[in-house]
Order: sequence, then structure tokens, then C-alpha cells
Amino acid sequence: MTSSTILKTTSLLLVTLFLIFSFFLLWRGHDEPGGGFAGGLVASSAFALYTIAFGAVGARQNLVIDSRLLIGVGMALAAISGIPSLLLGDAFATGRWADVEIADREIHIGTPLLFDIGVYLAVLGVVVTIVFALAEEED
Amino acid sequence: MDDALLILPMLVPLLFACLAIAVLRWRHVQAALTILNAAILIGLGIALMVVVWDERVIVTQVADWPAPFGITLVADLFSAIMVLLAAIVGFSAAIYSAATIDDRRALYGYYPLFNILLMGVMGAFLTGDLFNLYVWFEVLLISSFVLLGLGGTRAQMEGAIKYVVLNLLSSIIFLTGVGLVYGMAGTLNMADLAVRLRDVEDEGLVLVVSMLFLVAFGVKAAVFPVFSWLPASYHTPPVAVSALFAGLLTKVGVYALIRVFSLLFAEDQAHVQDVLIWVAGFTMVTGVLGAAAQNEFRRILSFHIVSQIGYMVMGLAFFTPLGYAAAIYFVAHNMFAKTGLFIVSGLSHRLLGSFELKKLGGLAKHSPEVTLLFFLCAFSLAGLPPLAGFFGKFALARAGFEAEHYIIVGVSLAVGLFTMYSMTKIWAEAFWKPYPAELPGDFQVRRRQPGMLVMTIPAVIFAALGVAMGVAAGPVFELLERAGEQLADPSGYIAAVLGGEPE
Repeated sequence: MTSSTILKTTSLLLVTLFLIFSFFLLWRGHDEPGGGFAGGLVASSAFALYTIAFGAVGARQNLVIDSRLLIGVGMALAAISGIPSLLLGDAFATGRWADVEIADREIHIGTPLLFDIGVYLAVLGVVVTIVFALAEEED
Repeated sequence: MDDALLILPMLVPLLFACLAIAVLRWRHVQAALTILNAAILIGLGIALMVVVWDERVIVTQVADWPAPFGITLVADLFSAIMVLLAAIVGFSAAIYSAATIDDRRALYGYYPLFNILLMGVMGAFLTGDLFNLYVWFEVLLISSFVLLGLGGTRAQMEGAIKYVVLNLLSSIIFLTGVGLVYGMAGTLNMADLAVRLRDVEDEGLVLVVSMLFLVAFGVKAAVFPVFSWLPASYHTPPVAVSALFAGLLTKVGVYALIRVFSLLFAEDQAHVQDVLIWVAGFTMVTGVLGAAAQNEFRRILSFHIVSQIGYMVMGLAFFTPLGYAAAIYFVAHNMFAKTGLFIVSGLSHRLLGSFELKKLGGLAKHSPEVTLLFFLCAFSLAGLPPLAGFFGKFALARAGFEAEHYIIVGVSLAVGLFTMYSMTKIWAEAFWKPYPAELPGDFQVRRRQPGMLVMTIPAVIFAALGVAMGVAAGPVFELLERAGEQLADPSGYIAAVLGGEPE
């Protein structure tokens, strides 16, 4: 494991930036380039960078929840996002949208966003699990 | 209602897989969830059967994208039957897993993958889209790769590598075929393709594509000459995995072959028929000869899977309703008998500590229940009346005579005799030979060890189903012939997917 101060300092900055960018990708993803998969990959590269700078133990703590559980939660969210339309009598995974007003701004949200969040979490979970496993093998 | 019925067989296993991940540490909770999942799938399979009973084809367009643009899920009689059969195999294998899978495998995700495998199988049976079929194949293959390798023993790794390499190769061939089809017809919806492939001018190219699919699905179904991955890998993982694979994986390949050649390449059947019959004959013969040379319980069974696949391809090759019906009957009978036999091999391993026939013996004297279970499954496989296998072969022979393919019928009957020979070999060695003297400990103690009862339940289920299929062969065949007619005349299927009246 490296203990370079330069790497540690810059990676903290970059990790924040990466995570914010990943949220941005996730949010715009339905109608524009981006989405849960791309967002999840960017977020997992943030964790990968953190792992390189601080080691797997620290990264695990920062993730708070077990990375394998993240896969399950993500897959479950993605699967569940299709159910509302089924209950309302449409085909599975038909998009349901609503305009919600938050702080004077209309926000267009719907079940595909939930699907994207699920994909985001599942991708993050898979990649981070692999990164941790590789990093711990090295230690 | 149809919408829910068609998506739930995939959705339920996915959600249960997620739940199983959440309780990775508790092996028994995972096992209970998996059994519950499979039980729900059996319920869904029965519901599907009820809905399609009157030859209604039910369809849903996922996310409301109309066919042929979106992904279509379809169930006709054939699909519904396969869903129900797969759910039964999954249920029994889950029970067997609960008694035999250790903590370490459970911790590394055995049960979530088990559920995902079931999801992939269900998806493959229900999809009406060629690319989606590819996706489900990948889902079930990738989970099967891990299930096969999980545990990481040397033998397992060796088997898994062969399995992975050949199956990935077949996936690439499948994908190439899908690409060519899309280039020719501009659609991947199977019902739409059935219409459009008729009008493609370049008949040669259609034939090429059909051969690509034959090879791709042939590898998955383990037909001659691309079956070598199966006997190289099926005897390496825990018995629960072998049993699950024996019941499900090759059958998905057979399903895809029947679906594709009855629906998409209906025009080409005359060209394909000879190839299929040769493939069927060689598969039967090489499989059964391979088995005759083996002396290990599970290896013999693995080679017999190959041999039996030949019968299913033979049923397909006639392209008659009776041929299809016989093929489906054979698939069902084989799923029960073969999975049951693998579980019996696990039972005898638990009792005597070996899969080698040389080291087995005395089961007939000391364990009559295992002996009875083996007898029912094995001699059903060999085609002894009144067990299910006999009626399967009888129907195939009749279909063959009606289609005037006498040679293949002769071959299939001769192979039946050789099957009997292999089964008799196990029968004589493991069951009637004297109890191996060098084995330490008291046999009765082993017989009463914990888990033995749970391990026996799935074998009982399969033996009972095998007998039931034989006793009720009449009504079963009535149903299957209707399924076969549906396959032989796909206009109802096409109309249901694309909308509009049957031609």
C-alpha cells in the first residue's frame, strides 16, 4: 500500500468530485446520455481511488453498508420499479411519471428513475466488491 | 392478469435472490427462502398451465412497447409446461441443497445464484424475442459457471474451465446468428421473424443462420459432436448442483432448438431434417457407448444425459405434432428420471462414501428405500414398461414410423438396450454386490444420520412423478399432442404476439 501524502490529499478532493458527477449522471440519465450504469461506474471509480490511497479497510468503513448487500438492494430496487405499473393494470415496467413541485421548481420524476437508482447501486456494489477483494488479496 | 403471470416467474426469483443476499450469513434462512421461491414458481407454473390450457397464447409487451419493437413475453402450452417442469426440478434441488450445501458455499452466494439460475431458465422459456433469449441464456450460464466452480476444488476448476470455454463459444455463435438475422429481417421478435423470414430472398443465408443456431443451441443441449463439456464437468460439483444442471440446463438448449426450428425456420424443415436425424442418432449412440465405458456413478449418468438428448432431437426432427409431443414427453420424463438418479447417486455417496462403482455395494440389502428409488428412476430411463420412459420411446417410435424414418427408430430402440446395460451395471455393482468389507463403522448409523430424510424427499418426488407419468400416459399425451399441434402450426402464436386474427 502507498502512503503518499500527495495522493491522499488529491484523492479526497477527487472522490468528492467523482461522487457528485456520478449523481449528476444518474439524474440526467433518462433523457440524456448518462444513467444508472454510467453513474454507478463513476461512483465505483471514486471508491477505487479511495481504496488505492487509504486501503480497503478504510474504504469499507466509508461505504458503511456491505458491498454485497448493495448488489442485492440495487437489484431489488430495479425489479421493484416495474411493479407499480403492474398493479395499476399496465404491462410490467411501463414508465409512470409525476411532476413534483419542490422549492418552486417542477421536478419530473418516475419509476424509470427508481430503476436507474437500482442499477447505480448494483453496479457500485459489484465493482466495489471486486476492487475490495483484489485490494485485500494484495495486503 | 396475463401481464403479471408472465413477468412473475422472472421477478419472484430475482427478488428472492436479493433477499438471500441480505441473509448470507444464515444458511438455513437462505435455504428456506429458496425452497419458498421454488414453491411459488410451481404455483405460477400451474397458474400458467390453467390459463393456456385451452390453447390460448398469452402475451405481454414489457414496458408497453408494442411488438416487434419492445420485448415480448409469450406463453403457449409448450412454454407453460416447461416452466412448470423447471419449477419442480428447482423445488426438489432446493430441498436437496438445504440438506447438503455447507456454510462456506452458502456464504459465497450459493443460494442467490441458485435463484438467479432459475430466473434465467424461466426467462428463456417465456421470452418471445431472440435477443432476449440470448440474455436469459447468459443469465443462466453465468450463474451456472459460478455454481459449478464454487468451492474451488481442483476437479471442479478443471470441469468448469471446459464448461465455460465451450459454452462461451456457443454464445458467440448464437450472437453471430442473431446479428445475421437482424441484418436480414430487421427484427428480432420471434413471431415477427417467423413471418419475415419466409420472404427473405436469399434462402441460402437463412439456411446458414439456421445452422448457426443449430450449433449454438446444440452445444447448450450437448448433442453430438459438441457434447464433450458435459461429461467433463457434471461429476465435479456437489450433487445438488449436478442434479439441478442435469434437470435444467441441457433442456433449455432443447427447448430453444424446438422453438427456433418449429417457429422461425418452418420453411427450411426439409433441409434441416436430415442433419437433425443424423445428429440425433449419433448423439444417442456416442452417449450410450461413452456411458458403457465409465465406472463412476455420476459419469455414467452424465453420458446418459447426452444419449437421452438424442431422443429429444429425434422427436423434433420429424416435425410432426406427434414428434413434438414425444419430444416434450421425453424432456419431462428425463428431467424427472435424471435429476432423481443424480440425487440417488448423492444418497449412495452419503451412505458409502464414494461414487466409484468398485467401492459401492450392498445397498439392496441394507437400504431398500434407496434401492427402490434407483430402480424406479433407472429403469424408467431404460424404458421398462409401465414406467414413463417406455411410453416416451413408444411415442417416438410411432412418430418415426408415421414419418417413415425407420432407421432412426431402429437405432433408438437399440440404444435403449444399451441404456439398460449401463443401468444394470450400476444396479449389479452398487446394489447387489456384497457390502464393501473395508468400510469402517456401522451402516445403520449412517442410514440414520441427520439430513438423510430431507435428502431422500426430492428423489421420492421424482420417482413418484415418473411413475405417475407412466400411469397417466394417456391424458398426458392428449395434452402434449395439443402442445405439439400448436408448435406445428404457429399461426396462433404469431397472431397473439403481433395482434390480429390467425391466418
